[in-house]
Amino acid sequence: MNGFGRFIPLLIVVVLVGVFLSAMMSDRNPKEIKSVMIGKPVPTFEIPNLFDDQPALTDARLRSGKPVIVNFFASWCLPCRAEHENLVTLASGYTVDVIGIAYKDDPEASRDFLDELGNPYAAAGVDRDGRLAIDWGVSGVPETFFIDGEGVIRYRHWGPIVGDSLRVQLLPQLEELQ
Amino acid sequence: MIPEIGHFALAVALMLALVGAIVPHVGIARGDARLMGLADRVIYGQFLMALIAFGALTYAYVISDFSVLNVAANSHTAKPMLYKISGVWGNHEGSLMLWVLTLTLFASAVAWRGKELPLRFRSRVLAVQSALIVGFLIFILFTSNPFLRLDPVPVEGNGLNPLLQDPGLAFHPPMLYLGYVGLSIAFSFAVAALIEGEVTPLWARWVRPWTLSAWMLLTGGLVLGSWWAYYELGWGGWWFWDPVENAAFMPWLIASALLHSSIVVEKRDALKSWTILLAIIAFSFSLFGTFMVRSGVITSVHSFANDPERGLYILGFLAVVVGGSLSLYAWRAPKLSPSGLFGMVSRESALVLNNILLSTFAAVVLVGTLYPMMLEATGGAQITVGPPFFEFAAIVLMSPLIVALGFGPLLAWKRGRIGRAGQMLIPALIVALVAFLAVAWDSAGGLLMTGFGLGLALWLIVSVFLELFERLQLFKKPEKVLSRMKALPRATWGMSFAHLGIGVILLGITVSEAWTTEKLLIMAPGEQAEVAGFSFRLHGVEPVAGPNYTAIRGHFTVAEDGQVFNQLFPEDRVYTDQVMNTTEAAIAPIWTGDLYAVIGESAGEGKWSVRLYFKPFISFLWLGATFMIVGGVFSLTDRRKRIGAPKGKRSKSAAGAA
Repeated sequence: MNGFGRFIPLLIVVVLVGVFLSAMMSDRNPKEIKSVMIGKPVPTFEIPNLFDDQPALTDARLRSGKPVIVNFFASWCLPCRAEHENLVTLASGYTVDVIGIAYKDDPEASRDFLDELGNPYAAAGVDRDGRLAIDWGVSGVPETFFIDGEGVIRYRHWGPIVGDSLRVQLLPQLEELQ
Repeated sequence: MIPEIGHFALAVALMLALVGAIVPHVGIARGDARLMGLADRVIYGQFLMALIAFGALTYAYVISDFSVLNVAANSHTAKPMLYKISGVWGNHEGSLMLWVLTLTLFASAVAWRGKELPLRFRSRVLAVQSALIVGFLIFILFTSNPFLRLDPVPVEGNGLNPLLQDPGLAFHPPMLYLGYVGLSIAFSFAVAALIEGEVTPLWARWVRPWTLSAWMLLTGGLVLGSWWAYYELGWGGWWFWDPVENAAFMPWLIASALLHSSIVVEKRDALKSWTILLAIIAFSFSLFGTFMVRSGVITSVHSFANDPERGLYILGFLAVVVGGSLSLYAWRAPKLSPSGLFGMVSRESALVLNNILLSTFAAVVLVGTLYPMMLEATGGAQITVGPPFFEFAAIVLMSPLIVALGFGPLLAWKRGRIGRAGQMLIPALIVALVAFLAVAWDSAGGLLMTGFGLGLALWLIVSVFLELFERLQLFKKPEKVLSRMKALPRATWGMSFAHLGIGVILLGITVSEAWTTEKLLIMAPGEQAEVAGFSFRLHGVEPVAGPNYTAIRGHFTVAEDGQVFNQLFPEDRVYTDQVMNTTEAAIAPIWTGDLYAVIGESAGEGKWSVRLYFKPFISFLWLGATFMIVGGVFSLTDRRKRIGAPKGKRSKSAAGAA
């Protein structure tokens, strides 16, 4: 650890602090920014259905005249597990369709996940390589979008719907939509 | 009045910490023993003040004084007393109070137990410790004051997050903090040694018990955390590579490396510069974990509600502490030249390999944890790193470590012979191969990784016993075994226990991952289901009321061959003060594994969704961890390792060296 080597740990830390600082200072702080997609129509898409015996999922499903909720999830995502019960409540108690999109997940694993925790989704699509998520500006799973009947994104919830957020943030948004 | 006393005590503690951070250095520069000696007393004063402040906050929680904002936000009158008290540290402000309390507690322990340290060195260590305490006290007083009052006073509090309302989580954070904060002592020792420009074998001997204590507490904290996840989250998992879990795991890995490298410094006067670096990094990871939980940079189900101002402060603090100590390191490292040389095959090299693998693993975990955020910050694509990445890294890096763990303790210092060690371990190799082939054969090649894991676990377990037998000369002089057992140093027993613990944990992981049986069912009362040869009968489901929740409770009996031998009462709770569900899995351990039942939602028509598991050998995880902690206790109580012990000849030469 003589010579240049002794500076390496310091350099790593300087770089890390720089990255943290830029992450905290930038507008990209994912908790604060509203999605750039808000107010815009959903991109057109067609993705396979999670269940082979059902038709492919397209953006037409989001333009049916009735508001829907789109939830990006994955079986390997712990916060998705945490929020799942709330999604079930949302789907069963508030007469709104929740559409699930399995993000970068093995369809088999996604199905097991829904078998295990219950399936709140009126329809579920497979976004195997995450292409759709990029079009939607998704920064990680879980992420939830509220779409009005015309296919326009009205609200985005970043991160799991846990604790108070269902009651305090989401339900008022939902009422507004309906 | 009481909260104001606590607030005032914090301010006094800050004054004392400022004095303690500056005056001892002045004393050393002037050679004034009185000023140096001040370090001890100032540390005791800080501990007393921190204790008063923490006591005041606890009192406010116990009497549910909702005029204190922090209590109103995090407590509730209907909460059981245990959780009123654990609510003190179940939030941002309170957990920082716990940080400061433990920092001052450990520093006082150094002042009290470290009388054998030369005064000059001890006051350096305590001054560094005081500087850390200054940083945390400023953080508390200016951004996270737990004693702020609330007006008007609400009639009821908000309650504690129901997920945290659990005995496992009441004790897991304090234990983890004790470990985190314990590593600060190794850090202060390292920084003091860098300031002095000298690291001696005696330094390693002093620092080792502190590292060992911190390591044991971290081990305990991690185990309690994973145990909590296992029974509270209700899906039978026990580790999820969540950023916050990783934040606690990384300092553990580095502390494990530090424990081993400090042995090389102590015995062979080598690896000094590396050991100092590890001591700095271990505590840096503790600070980093704190930053991660509170800054909002990384999201996790565990993280506290966060606030940019706090994140910025702790990032600044992190930059000063870690950046400062690493600059000092870069400046001083050339002075720390090793005097002990060793051959390619030796105990030292085995310990170096251990260090490389453990540190690399910590680095990989760090990269996996930060990668999504770094990519986002640089404007790249957005990705998430899941458990498969970490599991792959764990297998690649930890497998060679476990193979080496068998050899290492059999190699001689300075120059060992791999052939001799290999010969001794032939039985372990045979057992491992047989296990691997048996699993591969039985599963027709379907469970190759399970066979591999089982082989590794058995290799390690058998090696530990072979080493012990060799040391005791069980086969050569069996009549002397008892006296040899007594003569064997406790540190050696400690090592064997800890290594055995790793083997047992690996056994538990491998077997439970491969052969867990799981059933997801809709059951009506009276129905019965078969899981792995056990029949679970659902007798009924009834509503129950707790102090601050309502729940439905299922009643299962478990039978084997028609004989009922256990009952399970899983619950699904709804907390009334902040509407939220929690799962209370019912777990019955039997000697081959755990029977695990979870009750879920009503499926209509009197039926219930249930989850039933049989998890074979899962308790080996907790058992193995217990072995590791017991190993730590053995090692800690070794007379030779006690800081105060080296008197007579040794301390003379040591005093010269220091």
